[in-house]
Amino acid sequence: MVEIEKDQEEDWIVIRVIGEVDASSSIKLDQELSDVIENNHKKILVDCEKLEYISSAGLGVFMSYIQVLEKKEIKFVLYNLSDKVQNVFEILGLDQLLPIIGTKEEALQIVNEG
Amino acid sequence: MLSQKAILRITGPLAFLSWLILLVVNLIIYFGEINQVPSGIPSFIPPALLSLFFLSLLIFFRHQVDKAKRMNLVDMLWRVFVTGLMAAIVTILVIFVFVLLGENRLAQNPIFINFLYHLDLGVVTVFLVATFTIYKRLVLYQKSKVLINTWYIFEYGLMVSILLNFFHIELFDSFYITTSIFFLVLSLYLSVNLKWVAYLSFKEKWKSILLLVLVCLYLYFFITVLSGFPSEILIVDLVDNVFATTLFSFIFIYSLFSLLVILFNLPTTSVFEQKLKEAVNIQMLSRTIQEKRNEGEIYQMFFFSSVSAVFADAAFLESFDEKGANRIILKENLNEVQIGEIKDSLASSKVRPLKSPQVPVEQSGIIAKALKYSGFRSLMMLPLIVKEKEIAQLYLLKEVSDGFNDEMQNIITTFANQASISIENSRLMTETVANERYQKELKIAKEVQKALLPTVLEKDPAFEISAFSQAADEVGGDYYDIFKKSDIQYALIIADVSGKGTSAAFHMSQLKGIFQSLSELALDPKEFLRHANSALGRCLDKRSFITASYFLINTTESSIKFARAGHCPTLYFKKSDNKAYYFKNKGLGLGVLRNNQFQNYIQVHQMNYESGDIMVLYTDGITESKNDSGEELGYEALKNWIEENAHFDADTIKNRIAETFLNFCGQEPPDDDYTVVVIKFA
Repeated sequence: MVEIEKDQEEDWIVIRVIGEVDASSSIKLDQELSDVIENNHKKILVDCEKLEYISSAGLGVFMSYIQVLEKKEIKFVLYNLSDKVQNVFEILGLDQLLPIIGTKEEALQIVNEG
Repeated sequence: MLSQKAILRITGPLAFLSWLILLVVNLIIYFGEINQVPSGIPSFIPPALLSLFFLSLLIFFRHQVDKAKRMNLVDMLWRVFVTGLMAAIVTILVIFVFVLLGENRLAQNPIFINFLYHLDLGVVTVFLVATFTIYKRLVLYQKSKVLINTWYIFEYGLMVSILLNFFHIELFDSFYITTSIFFLVLSLYLSVNLKWVAYLSFKEKWKSILLLVLVCLYLYFFITVLSGFPSEILIVDLVDNVFATTLFSFIFIYSLFSLLVILFNLPTTSVFEQKLKEAVNIQMLSRTIQEKRNEGEIYQMFFFSSVSAVFADAAFLESFDEKGANRIILKENLNEVQIGEIKDSLASSKVRPLKSPQVPVEQSGIIAKALKYSGFRSLMMLPLIVKEKEIAQLYLLKEVSDGFNDEMQNIITTFANQASISIENSRLMTETVANERYQKELKIAKEVQKALLPTVLEKDPAFEISAFSQAADEVGGDYYDIFKKSDIQYALIIADVSGKGTSAAFHMSQLKGIFQSLSELALDPKEFLRHANSALGRCLDKRSFITASYFLINTTESSIKFARAGHCPTLYFKKSDNKAYYFKNKGLGLGVLRNNQFQNYIQVHQMNYESGDIMVLYTDGITESKNDSGEELGYEALKNWIEENAHFDADTIKNRIAETFLNFCGQEPPDDDYTVVVIKFA
């Protein structure tokens, strides 16, 4: 089960992913991400502090937006990942394509630069 | 025992013969008496012959009627009528002869009179016995033990009474009266068994009445004619024969009772027939539960049964599909426009729920006793409910107001319940069949997929290799393979398709194709992965990817060249350090980046192996597996297992890992596919 909270802060939006993202709950994550991207948000921060587990289906959701984000020039950052979850991202190599940052401050720096 | 046919062949002629002899003997006796020349025939002979005649006739008809087992009720009465008709014609001829002769002396001749009497006696007896045996079938139409026993007392009693003819019994003799009363009482008792009447249709009842009236007329006619003969000159008089009089009275009583009962039953026959039709309809609907019928057939049966059961003047059936869209599927005496108008007027008419003890109010239909629609003044609507969802509505209309009584509401509710069950059943059956087919296809897929994984791994003196793999579902997405390029070169792959089940299995087979064809070229690992990425990127779902590790082993150089495409880091045990490590080279899953940028994220490593080194390839089904308390296995545990078992050969290491792994998982089987490949260098 996954809970997703969204907060519009200044010109960026924070998406909090809470719980476990498996094959069934990845559909919800996909829907939420798709909504945010459709609504022309240009700065998206994903707070993964309470993301306990992500399956390959969950990774697939993030993966599927990589090229869209690039094309739409959306700044997209994941931060506050637990070691375990970060490891999963790294093994697949997603850390090379999506910025994965330690804290929100660092994440904000990235989205606000340039 | 004699066969039925033989009995008929013996008793038939016997009856005729005994009658003929009786005639001759009696005429001789009478002739002797007139001429005062004793004929010398003992006095018991005529009664004995008469008894023989009766008995053989009785047996003959008993068996004849038994033979014709399947006769309908009216046919039976018809046979009585025809037999009677023949007897009546003969009797009329007898009278005709008398009338014709008029004052002629021959008409006064006792011998001639006796001859005619015998003739008539014969045919009338045939009629009586035949009718008696047919009435037996009617009386015993619905048998009970008591009834059968009573009948046998009656029938065998009659046979005994035949034998009484041996003794010359005077009319009004006390014995004659006693036995007659005894038989009369039995006749009355038996004559109230008229259950067959209920099974006659309206038309059949009319026919039966006619036939029964004719039977009564015959009896009257025969009695009048036979008793019209001067009894003082008759040698054998049927009137003082207990058997004959009992048959007369029984047939008369039974015919009369039947006649009256049918007559009084006539007005209620239509109700009876209606009930019967309802019962048949219910039965037909019930049968659809067992038989596999399609929904259309069930709707039709339900619709037309309902219309006829309540004598509806018009009706329509509306069904709702899964999206709630409605469609008129059956209609009677209505067009679409009228249906629309009726539904509108229903909305403004007063309705109340149907009265039915069988279903709760919220599930029952509605009834409008005074519909505000010209043409139809009352309406009844019933829903068909399957799995708590309304799938159809039946509307029944009548021209009169308040046209549906409680009885009708009940029967239609029963119909609706039956139809609902039938439809639910039919749907379940369809689902089951589909499910079975799906299971079968999965089984095939499983077999096909099993064939994708190597059954025998290439052997080489330079290394041992051993592997196990298990899918969580019927089919899985884990893949490993080894390809011998040359005597010194081997390509090795392990891969995991994201997700599981059939789609994963499908991509796995694609990967096998790619591996088999590209390995032939002995490409550099990076080149191999680049080709694989571009081939798979075109067909993978946008959220799917494949992780893989690809190895090239050269046995003369003792080298391993490898690259990782997002797959779990390879575990490598170095004998010289007596320690295991994970290779942490950079990589990216196949299909994650579907353009030519992909290769930039792949790092190729090269190293030399030494004797005793062990390489362990696995999928995340191993490291991410959880035990009963929900703890993940993790990388450290796997590393420890290898270090502990490094001194064994590859096969044993694999077996020990498999055993330890399953022990770790505990009760719950792993919910992901898992694979381990162990390579130990010699």
